[in-house]
Amino acid sequence: MRMKILSLFAAVLLVSACETAPDTSANQTGTGGAQTSSIRPGSQEDLAVNVGDRVFFGYDQYNLSPEARGTLDRQAQWLQQYRNVTVTVEGHADERGTREYNLALGERRANSVKNYLVARGVGANRVKTISYGKERPAVVGSGEAAWAQNRRGVTVVD
Amino acid sequence: MKATKRLLRGIAGVAGAVLLALGVAAPLPARAELRIDITRGVVEPLPIAITSFAGAAGREAQIGRDMSNVISADLERSGLFRPLNPQGFLQTPEQLRSGEPRYQDWRAIGAQALVAGSATMQGDGRLKVDFRLWDVAAGQHMAGLSYTATPDSWRRIAHIVADAVYKRLTGEDGYFDTRIVYIAESGPANARLKRLAIMDQDGENHSFLTDGKNLVLTPRFSPTAQEITYMSFVNKRPRVYLFNIDSGRQEVLGDFPGMTFAPRFSPDGNKVIMSMALNGNTDIFTLDLRTRRQTQLTDSPGIDTAPSYSPDGSQIVFESDRGGSQQLYVMGADGSGVKRLTFGQGRYATPVWSPRGDLIAFTRQQGSEFAVGVIRPDGTGERILTKAFHVEGPTWAPNGRVLAYFKETPTGGGRSARLYTIDVTGVNERRVVTPIDASDPAWSPLIP
Repeated sequence: MRMKILSLFAAVLLVSACETAPDTSANQTGTGGAQTSSIRPGSQEDLAVNVGDRVFFGYDQYNLSPEARGTLDRQAQWLQQYRNVTVTVEGHADERGTREYNLALGERRANSVKNYLVARGVGANRVKTISYGKERPAVVGSGEAAWAQNRRGVTVVD
Repeated sequence: MKATKRLLRGIAGVAGAVLLALGVAAPLPARAELRIDITRGVVEPLPIAITSFAGAAGREAQIGRDMSNVISADLERSGLFRPLNPQGFLQTPEQLRSGEPRYQDWRAIGAQALVAGSATMQGDGRLKVDFRLWDVAAGQHMAGLSYTATPDSWRRIAHIVADAVYKRLTGEDGYFDTRIVYIAESGPANARLKRLAIMDQDGENHSFLTDGKNLVLTPRFSPTAQEITYMSFVNKRPRVYLFNIDSGRQEVLGDFPGMTFAPRFSPDGNKVIMSMALNGNTDIFTLDLRTRRQTQLTDSPGIDTAPSYSPDGSQIVFESDRGGSQQLYVMGADGSGVKRLTFGQGRYATPVWSPRGDLIAFTRQQGSEFAVGVIRPDGTGERILTKAFHVEGPTWAPNGRVLAYFKETPTGGGRSARLYTIDVTGVNERRVVTPIDASDPAWSPLIP
């Protein structure tokens, strides 16, 4: 009986997490915690699987949501732990904008992420930024579900 | 590259080869002379008979036939002409070459204008092309020209003839002897391969200019059509580049600390105007191509991008979200006197000033729909030309009469990207066929 209640509880938590934060949905990030043993510490895979390598933005927004700040707090800690690692933050936009505006928007998003990491004590010289605008969607498809995954800042180990 | 160089040699051949005008317009007859009134919105296409330019045999015959087809296709695509089926013609091309048209034979098949010509190989190996244009109803000769050039530039001469016919009958400059540079796309959306590509405005003479190793975007022609400015992600350092079509040489433009993008030439070709994004802020800069001096023109905390000069170089239209959403603004060429242009619903982007100066084309995003439209430089007369799930990035034909843009359509799991042209009145939308998917078209000026 007790086991049943617990698993129901866990399922509810998972559902609500999916609704608010696309980074925990069935993507490559966040949910693969089981086989961490083969992952090299300080690698991109380590960051993606055990920390979360990306944050998501609202439509035409570049401010960081509470969930995004949580992810970036963990990224900052991780970067404090692996002091030789330098990263590039990639800013991306969804396809519902014009090409040039989206390049500028992607730069704003990458810069938001960088500023937050630097404010959390990561050396500014360890964080570069690049914008891909709408040129490199993470998820192929047209619809809000895809677009929400594509409005993102991804921290990539150099 | 080889194809491009060959073409450029051909262009040089034509440039020095416009020999003489055989005839000029006759004095105005009592009745109004034949002219398409294109100031009105929708016009009935003018029935025109275009006879074969074919010479005696062999290469002459082939080139002559091909030239007639190109002229016919150009005029038809404009939406202003209806070329008649040659099978109904009662007078042969040979008869037209040796004498006057039998006008009643052309009236009988409903022709209002008649084009005849010849393509002849000369002893020196050059190609000589003559053409004549008649007003069938009035029974009058309207124009005649002669060109000599290298035989492999026959296609270009055909476009020049089509431009001459267009100009004589509409009163406006033609746009057929032009090229389009664009981005050729292939592969899945999340790893799209993008290459610079160039072609004639009718899709012929196609060639790729880059190999796809680097992501490239938004090419635009210089006023001489010899150079292209575009954006490339070489070494993951997104910057504005210059590409010389003749030499194939590419160079980064300026020494900017941040990403540079959205480049366009100034009308005199001496400067490239562009955006630079740094620390979350995007402003507009110019780079003087001779002195290499960089000048900052805007200084707002918002995104200022997509700058485009007025044809006289005195003003710049651009987009900015400084007022809360993407809208169009106009300022002086030195950045002074900024005025907001659009106040409509939706987001306004990618403004581009007509070569005629009378209109500014833009992309508008409203709800789930994208549109391409035009507005006068004083902010009045906004008109939408076409709407779709995604249309973007208008570019003007040099006569300010036709626009090209790209359209993206969702497909199962991906999307297609294609080029289209449309008349400035919003009619006659036509696809420009490209070998693979295509975006970011830029129309050249008339080839010098």
